Amino acid sequence: MKFKTLGRHAREGTKSVWRNGWMTISAVGAVTTTLLLVGVFLALMLNLNEIAGNIEDDVEVKVLVELTADEQQVSELENNLGDLPAVGELTYSSKEEELDELVDSLGDQGKAFELFEQSNPLNDAFIIKPDNPVDAVQIAEEAEAMDQVDEVDFGEEIVQRLFQFNEYARYIGLGLIVGLVFTAIFLISNTIKITIIARKKEIGIMKLVGATNAFIRWPFFVEGLILGVLGSIIPIAAVMSGYYYLYYNLQDRIQFDFIQLLPFNPFAFQLAGLILVIGAFIGVWGSVMSVRKFLKV
Amino acid sequence: MICMIEMKGVYKTYPNGVTALNGIDVHIDQGEFVYVVGPSGAGKSTFTKLMFREEKATKGTVNVNNFNLTTIKEKKVPFLRRNVGVVYQDFRLLPRLTVYENVAFALEVIEESPNQIRRRVMDVLDQVRLKNKARFIPDELSGGEQQRVSIARAIVNRPRLLIADEPTGNLDPDTSWEIMHILEEINAKGTTVLMATHSQEIVNTIRKRVIAIEDGQIVRDEARGEYGYEI
Ligand SMILES: Nc1ncnc2c1ncn2[C@@H]1O[C@H](COP(=O)(O)OP(=O)(O)OP(=O)(O)O)[C@@H](O)[C@H]1O
Ligand SMILES: [Mg+2]
Repeated sequence: MKFKTLGRHAREGTKSVWRNGWMTISAVGAVTTTLLLVGVFLALMLNLNEIAGNIEDDVEVKVLVELTADEQQVSELENNLGDLPAVGELTYSSKEEELDELVDSLGDQGKAFELFEQSNPLNDAFIIKPDNPVDAVQIAEEAEAMDQVDEVDFGEEIVQRLFQFNEYARYIGLGLIVGLVFTAIFLISNTIKITIIARKKEIGIMKLVGATNAFIRWPFFVEGLILGVLGSIIPIAAVMSGYYYLYYNLQDRIQFDFIQLLPFNPFAFQLAGLILVIGAFIGVWGSVMSVRKFLKV
Repeated sequence: MICMIEMKGVYKTYPNGVTALNGIDVHIDQGEFVYVVGPSGAGKSTFTKLMFREEKATKGTVNVNNFNLTTIKEKKVPFLRRNVGVVYQDFRLLPRLTVYENVAFALEVIEESPNQIRRRVMDVLDQVRLKNKARFIPDELSGGEQQRVSIARAIVNRPRLLIADEPTGNLDPDTSWEIMHILEEINAKGTTVLMATHSQEIVNTIRKRVIAIEDGQIVRDEARGEYGYEI
């Protein structure tokens, strides 16, 4: 195809958008509706994913060593722990370090604990990061059975709840995806049906004049692209302003520090780009699909 | 002589069971001018539609401009059609395009340069006396005007074969003669012309080869024939 011909297709596609009038409006409406849902859903899913990821990253198993253990026994324990297959990272933290951390984490109140520096009541500890956060429970169980282990702590509750929450999020996400896909297919195929009768004849005539399928398809491709892009304007505006509001107004009121929304910049812009791409795809797909049936003349 | 159209033992039965062509054998050379005559429903339009693959023969072989239409691949059909200009009995104009755009379309598909397109389209519109209606859409034209647009589109890329299905059917006598002169002119430049018509006056005045079809069969084929039917 010559470059000039591409210009012709672009012109024809654009003209067609104007000529189709209310049909264009209804097609754009269908894309807009779909993308609004997709946008909200995407923002939700990506944030949930981020939050889940944050929590999962924080999962660690702390193995407290018996106060009575001697150096020999500690290093034996270290070896045993290191041999567990699910262990990712294994670090030793002496009771002095443990105290420092405790003092730090409590801030001003922590000052009171500095008194303990002389007679530290804490245990030495091993901190284990599992390769896969799901294995935390198993590691904890195995460590508990070992000699010289006083106590194992891995924030059971949080981990348990996290995995449950994550599972819900996935089910909800899956449900939304299926719903959206069906909505999109329904809306778009409905709109396309309307144009079929008018276009069937046109496409037939074009073919009789000697147009190849590709020649006929191109303007439809452009038209679909334009419809998709037009359809993504409102969703992009809505999702970006909505996210702006959420990020700058609600973020402060959320107490848990593991719930961190993705920062407005660049996330909102990436989301906008994604909506635009999906919109363009839906438009092109719908438009080209609608021609396909009628190319067999 | 170089062969333009050849049909051997051609039958055409439409899906509804109507047999429109009933054993056609014909040979038309490049450069000929042929009238196809016969009563309404005889199969004239069907006969012409086989030549650019609007319809496929049910049986038999069809060769046009060195394309074997019995075996041609779907992808090649557009290239066959680019060498065949067709004036349809029912015009087949693109309803949403202007007169100018309708004619230009035939050149756009062969990726002619915009300058060439402009010049050639204006030329043929002048030829069919429609220059002043270039910006109209088909619905704003009379039947005769639409027919002239259809003719302009068929001849604009100077096809090797021109098929005209009653090209003067909706025209007043003056315009009819003008159209006939255009067809003769094109024929003189080497284009093979095949024209289905009910016009006794034209066939008997501009004498050419005449093929008469009745009930889907060729009943007469004369080099300088007459219309041969009473109106
Ligand atoms: N698409 C079609 N489907 C079914 N039957 C058809 C179709 N087109 C034509 N026919 C039938 O085939 C026969 C021949 O039709 P055709 O149009 O070829 O006649 P014609 O000679 O061109 O007539 P006219 O002079 O009125 O244009 C007729 O009986 C017609 O009803
Ligand atoms: Mg006919």
